Amino acid sequence: MSIAEGTKPRRLPDRLSSRPSRILKSWEVLLAGIAILIFLANTQASPYFLNPWNLSDATLAFTEKAMIGFAMALLIISGEIDLSVAGIIALASTAMGFAAQYGMGTPGLVLIGLAVGVVCGAFNGVLVTRLGLPSIVVTIGTMSLFRGISYIILGDQAYGDYPDDFAFFGRGYVFWVISFELTLFALFALIYGGLLHFTNFGRQVYAIGNNATAATFSGIRVARVKMILFLLTGVMSGVAAVCLTARLGSTRPSIAFAWELEIVTMVVLGGVSILGGAGSILGVVIAALIIGMVTFGLGLLNVPGIVMSIFTGALLIAVIALPRLILLIRKGRTS
Amino acid sequence: MSITKNIALATGLFAGLMGTTALAQDNTRIALVAKSLGNGFFEAAARGAEEAAEEIGNVEIIYTGPTSTTAEGQIEVINSLIAQQVDAIAVSTNDPDALVPALERAMQRGITVISWDSGVAPEGRQMHLAPSSDELIGKTIIKLAADHMPDGGQVAVLSATSTSTNQNAWIAEMESVMDQYPDIEVVANVYGDDLADKSYRETQGLLQSYPDLDAIIAPTSVGIVAAAQAVQDAGKVGEVNVTGLGLPSEMAGAIESGASESFAIWNPVDLGYAAATIAYNLATGEATAEPGAEIDMGRMGTVTLDENTTAAMSEPFTYDASNIDEFKEVF
Repeated sequence: MSIAEGTKPRRLPDRLSSRPSRILKSWEVLLAGIAILIFLANTQASPYFLNPWNLSDATLAFTEKAMIGFAMALLIISGEIDLSVAGIIALASTAMGFAAQYGMGTPGLVLIGLAVGVVCGAFNGVLVTRLGLPSIVVTIGTMSLFRGISYIILGDQAYGDYPDDFAFFGRGYVFWVISFELTLFALFALIYGGLLHFTNFGRQVYAIGNNATAATFSGIRVARVKMILFLLTGVMSGVAAVCLTARLGSTRPSIAFAWELEIVTMVVLGGVSILGGAGSILGVVIAALIIGMVTFGLGLLNVPGIVMSIFTGALLIAVIALPRLILLIRKGRTS
Repeated sequence: MSITKNIALATGLFAGLMGTTALAQDNTRIALVAKSLGNGFFEAAARGAEEAAEEIGNVEIIYTGPTSTTAEGQIEVINSLIAQQVDAIAVSTNDPDALVPALERAMQRGITVISWDSGVAPEGRQMHLAPSSDELIGKTIIKLAADHMPDGGQVAVLSATSTSTNQNAWIAEMESVMDQYPDIEVVANVYGDDLADKSYRETQGLLQSYPDLDAIIAPTSVGIVAAAQAVQDAGKVGEVNVTGLGLPSEMAGAIESGASESFAIWNPVDLGYAAATIAYNLATGEATAEPGAEIDMGRMGTVTLDENTTAAMSEPFTYDASNIDEFKEVF
């Protein structure tokens, strides 16, 4: 009795900070508020913004990145990271282009793209979970390795002989302005949201990210969970490679260059703690929409890309710093 | 467009301070899309396009491009230009194939699409404006040498590799007009493989083998710099004139030392000017992009489209002591 008195029962937190559910909710509310503000500002700034086809085109700037972002969110929540995702896209796209040259049909090409993703993800996973190497170092290495293979195969050449029906994955529409990629984005948002928030597996991911040692002693097979997460990130990179290659209709080794940081930015902006243990898929979805709207809105005003990056960077720092600042101010008041 | 203006624009957007932008729909809006922003070559082209806009009047130039030289970045830029319903897009592409779907859509929506500098595959554009052609380059490189050899004499060619398609085509074109220069003899063709040290050694060899050599023609930006250096180091400035194709930023020293009297390369200002003028003429229906068509380029004259709807703007522009300082900062 004496021990329990004065101490509340501790639940496994979603976040590193206290008052988990409240801050979690306020984070997504904050993001959604920013998204709505940006949307309204955009409608005021350009008369071309509120056009369904234009908005549909604009979604293509983030759907592929966000699909990888979902898997990356789980990986980062578990305390790991994969910086080789853009390299995987390059390698998967090159493999598909190579096969397409020899007349491989669309189903075969998709399988190849996904298979390369799985193999690359497995390679990262084995190095991290079996050899115990830090994932940031491993994937910085494989980032260059995967893209390097593409450069060796292609040099300054390009593959472009994709079958006509392959284009559907990047340029097809399911219904009116709803593109295939947007549909896939929504579908994966639901799948990953369900996996992270409504399954045992998802709870294990949070537990590992908060304290891997404690998770191990609780009977969670940490290495196995992490291996699965690397495989998921790999296969999602394969999915993105299929979509992007179909959208471009050609493969060059520079494809998806520097996407890894844009994806990590999206995930972190979505409220996923870079230290692991906290975050939600809803946050990543809203962050994807925010980045998409900022890019498209500034593009409509012909603001150069470098200024857009400054904005995304500033937004990221602002959103990350805000909860910390609130916390500091509250501390200052109570003490 | 200045950075401060952009930041001001963007700040306005986020503060939600901007009212609905008044549309200047009476202007013809021409988008000049660069391979990437922050590259001196394309900044100079944009200045040329602005010059064309002032000359024509009622033209608004939108100079834009991605931050890095990627096809994905250019597609995003093109999508936003389609959304703005610009009248014409003139693009120097990072990928001849990947931009085709986006540009095809632009054309479906009634936007005039041309490529310039670096061409898009024919199905993705109405025409391509190349800076020059093999024939014009071949004629120019020998003329550059001949201009400083009033009494004729010996010239040697320092090329890239023996299998370089471009250089071989230019040298073949040059040889086909040699009958116009009866007093000039081409004494040797050597290959520096586009390596600075090999080009340097090959030039030393030329200077020793042909003590009466008057000019070295190097139609390669690596070779011309190495050759000028070798001539300078051998103390033959004033005796042997190095010329050919080079970049102003790399050749400024050789012009200053006198190792090179003049050299040539396309002028980005002219290229941007011509691209904007052609885009305007096509967008307003004053010209049609079809094989054999002649299109007006203002002060740059006219171009004729070949069967691939490709046109060559002009012979390369000559750089010498009179203009090198202006262009060495550009590219």
